[in-house]
Amino acid sequence: MAALKHFLLRVVVTLLLLAVPVLGVWTFTEADRWGLWFPPMVSSYGGSIDKLFYLILWMVTVTFVGTEALLVWFVFRYSKKDPTRAIFTHGNHKLEMVWTAIPAVLLVIVAISQMEAWTTVKMNFPEDGPYTREKPLMEVYASQFDWRVRYPDAQGNFTGADVIEVPYDITVPEDTKVVLRLKSRDVLHSFFVPTFRLKQDAVPGMEIPVWFEATEPGSYDLICAELCGWGHYKMAGKIHVLPKDEFDAWLAAKRAALYATD
Amino acid sequence: MSHAHAPAHPARPLGIDPPGTVHTTHEHHELGFVRKYVFSTDHKVIGLQFLFTGLVMLLLGGLMAMAIRWQLAYPWTEMPVLGRLLFPATGGVTTPEGYTMLFTMHGTLMIFFVIIPLLTGTFGNYLIPLMIGAPDMAFPRLNMLGYWFWWPGIACILLSFGAEGGGPAAGWTSYPPLSTIEAAAPGSNWGQNWWLLSLTFVGVSSMMGAVNYVTTIVKMRAPGMTFFRLPLSIWGLMIAALLQLFALPVLTAASFMQLFDRVFDAGFFTPTGTIINNTSPETLGNAAGGHPLLWQHLFWFYSHPAVYILVLPAMGFVSDILSVHARKPIFGYKPMAYSMAGIAGLGFIVWGHHMFMSGMNPAVGLVFMTATIMIALPSAVKVFNWLGTLWGARIHLTSAMLFAIAFVSMFIIGGLSGIWMASTPVDIYIHDTYIVVAHFHYVVFAGSMMAIFAAIYHWFPKMFGRAMSEKLGVIHFVGTFITLNGVFYMMHQLGLAGLMRRTADPYDYATYAHLQPINQFISWCAFALLAWQVFFVVNFFGSMIWGRRVGRNPWNACSLEWETPSPPGHGNFDRQLAVYHGPYEYGVPDAPRDFVPQTQRAHV
Repeated sequence: MAALKHFLLRVVVTLLLLAVPVLGVWTFTEADRWGLWFPPMVSSYGGSIDKLFYLILWMVTVTFVGTEALLVWFVFRYSKKDPTRAIFTHGNHKLEMVWTAIPAVLLVIVAISQMEAWTTVKMNFPEDGPYTREKPLMEVYASQFDWRVRYPDAQGNFTGADVIEVPYDITVPEDTKVVLRLKSRDVLHSFFVPTFRLKQDAVPGMEIPVWFEATEPGSYDLICAELCGWGHYKMAGKIHVLPKDEFDAWLAAKRAALYATD
Repeated sequence: MSHAHAPAHPARPLGIDPPGTVHTTHEHHELGFVRKYVFSTDHKVIGLQFLFTGLVMLLLGGLMAMAIRWQLAYPWTEMPVLGRLLFPATGGVTTPEGYTMLFTMHGTLMIFFVIIPLLTGTFGNYLIPLMIGAPDMAFPRLNMLGYWFWWPGIACILLSFGAEGGGPAAGWTSYPPLSTIEAAAPGSNWGQNWWLLSLTFVGVSSMMGAVNYVTTIVKMRAPGMTFFRLPLSIWGLMIAALLQLFALPVLTAASFMQLFDRVFDAGFFTPTGTIINNTSPETLGNAAGGHPLLWQHLFWFYSHPAVYILVLPAMGFVSDILSVHARKPIFGYKPMAYSMAGIAGLGFIVWGHHMFMSGMNPAVGLVFMTATIMIALPSAVKVFNWLGTLWGARIHLTSAMLFAIAFVSMFIIGGLSGIWMASTPVDIYIHDTYIVVAHFHYVVFAGSMMAIFAAIYHWFPKMFGRAMSEKLGVIHFVGTFITLNGVFYMMHQLGLAGLMRRTADPYDYATYAHLQPINQFISWCAFALLAWQVFFVVNFFGSMIWGRRVGRNPWNACSLEWETPSPPGHGNFDRQLAVYHGPYEYGVPDAPRDFVPQTQRAHV
């Protein structure tokens, strides 16, 4: 009876531990079907971010399955009732060297492989296109609990009567390197566009340049990703990507409307 | 005998008898009830005080989590049971600002009032003198103060709960200007002030503990107890205490700066030109010219090392428990100790990885990224050595062992998902999403909390002289293991779908509208997880009364705490100790029994 109980316990524990890698990997393979995977990717640099995610996913999966499998096997195999003693060892210097050196090399490779994508998104701003850090397409201004976008006048000034200001809806041209200046009026916010794989905090007192190039026309969610107060959850905006000519027409109409109301 | 082996207890506290005194017979200073159980200077009583208080706070923090989960599963509907207590004004429906308060308090309670006090306050106090062979802490009176300074902290956090207008609502990270300018979070007036004061008291309490732990470990080891004969629990606790010593002053200073911003309008963190609620704080007399990022740097300079305070002692306990119940020496003792030191050392230069998206110079982000990714290395070394310990072992599937194995299994998940977060480009997408929530709950709940359960099952016999029920322990383990994975695993996928943390009702966004069923599944797992803990509560209190009585060494363990009576009396050891070898001599081939206690010379 005691032996049976012990065997049952071993089986239950082994199955529980085995479920971790099995169900763990399975949920990742099925997640896409359940709508629990990345939203569509529609920016020029989003692909490189996704690629790095998958690179790490592979490394992590191999390590995860490998270590969990060893754990399951050891727990099952060595929990058998056995009157003899355990293998008597305090460790193995060579083994320690191997399992320190190999991960070290892999991790350095991971670290280095990340750098290019990071500098592309956050450090190397477009210099050749119509919009640059010095001459951005627009200013995005966050405040509790809305987004405002300002398009400058023809001279590039963000103050004066000719500035176009639109709440919530940001309109940008397709296939164009767009630079914007991110500001906050009050507290911290964060400019998060999941489909662009883009996120940047807005900080009061700072003007932070942000750039992206949208590759598909459409309307995308703009989400505030930094706690900004009680209304944080509903600080939604939209980014509308228009083909270049439609965008130009839209901006011209906005300008015309500005004078019409004067 | 070399200096390291020098016996003597140069820092022997006043009123503590030297080891060798037979305590069962000396009754010359019988203490009254209050000095014995309330204002006690005995490290064991203080440890138990931390244990009981910490478990009550765990229940409180757990209830907050349930309230959060209800809102995420069924937003803006009447919350059963808890709703009427938390939100009487709305008939039990969560309010947006109430939701903000809930997750702020959940995080604060779990970190500062549950995990840190349970790991360092409870087991640090209880185990350090026992495991190193000392009669008590170096500063018993300071130790007592350490516990009692925790209470103003608890009082302040409870006051902030009930503060007029609502509790603190800026997250446990309390980022300014939301946290410093009252108009930004209407209502959170004194709530936020109490919160800051509470953190300061808790910090003072931890500081007193940390000074004590380090001094005791350095100065009061038994004869022959060299540093490399210390159990890994002691290594974990000592390194965590060093982290607290170096990092806590920064948090204390930063909390005071934030308090000054709020009360005296000091403007440390308020930039010039902000307009909040259509008013400029400057016109209201606030100073400006500060910078919100300054707080983030100061806060994370403490709070990132604090993350390792939350896990290093747990790693130590798990190493000890695995070795005892696997009847096998820990694999790679020195690499285990060095890797803990490595994690702690690197832990001081990675705070910036919380700030990749903050507007901090992106070039600096690259440095923080590299340091952060390298932390995976000592963590991996630890996992390999735990696996090495189990290889060829003779595993006893006790409740303590099951929870220790669970720690290893879960820590692998929590550790590996960290690599995504460390990688700056991937972090652009996943920063502040649910994958981050999954990551730190796998480390702190599925990791550290499982280690705390393991430690309770393992050292309970020492604490109370009775063993916990193994049958209830196994039931507790099975249910906890299943439900906790039900709660946290799918959060990885929610994060990949882009779901943001700290959103009271995400389903308004088209991106998130389809995620509600998954959140309902997670919530029901969470309710089950909490309910299942009834098996632990019954076992914990029941075993104190009805548990099987045990002798000094029920697990046949090698380390010194098992040399004392269960529970140990005042002054701990009833005979002179000498330590001859490390604490992991299990399965020794020629020894008469399969273990050789540290006080036995033979066979090693």
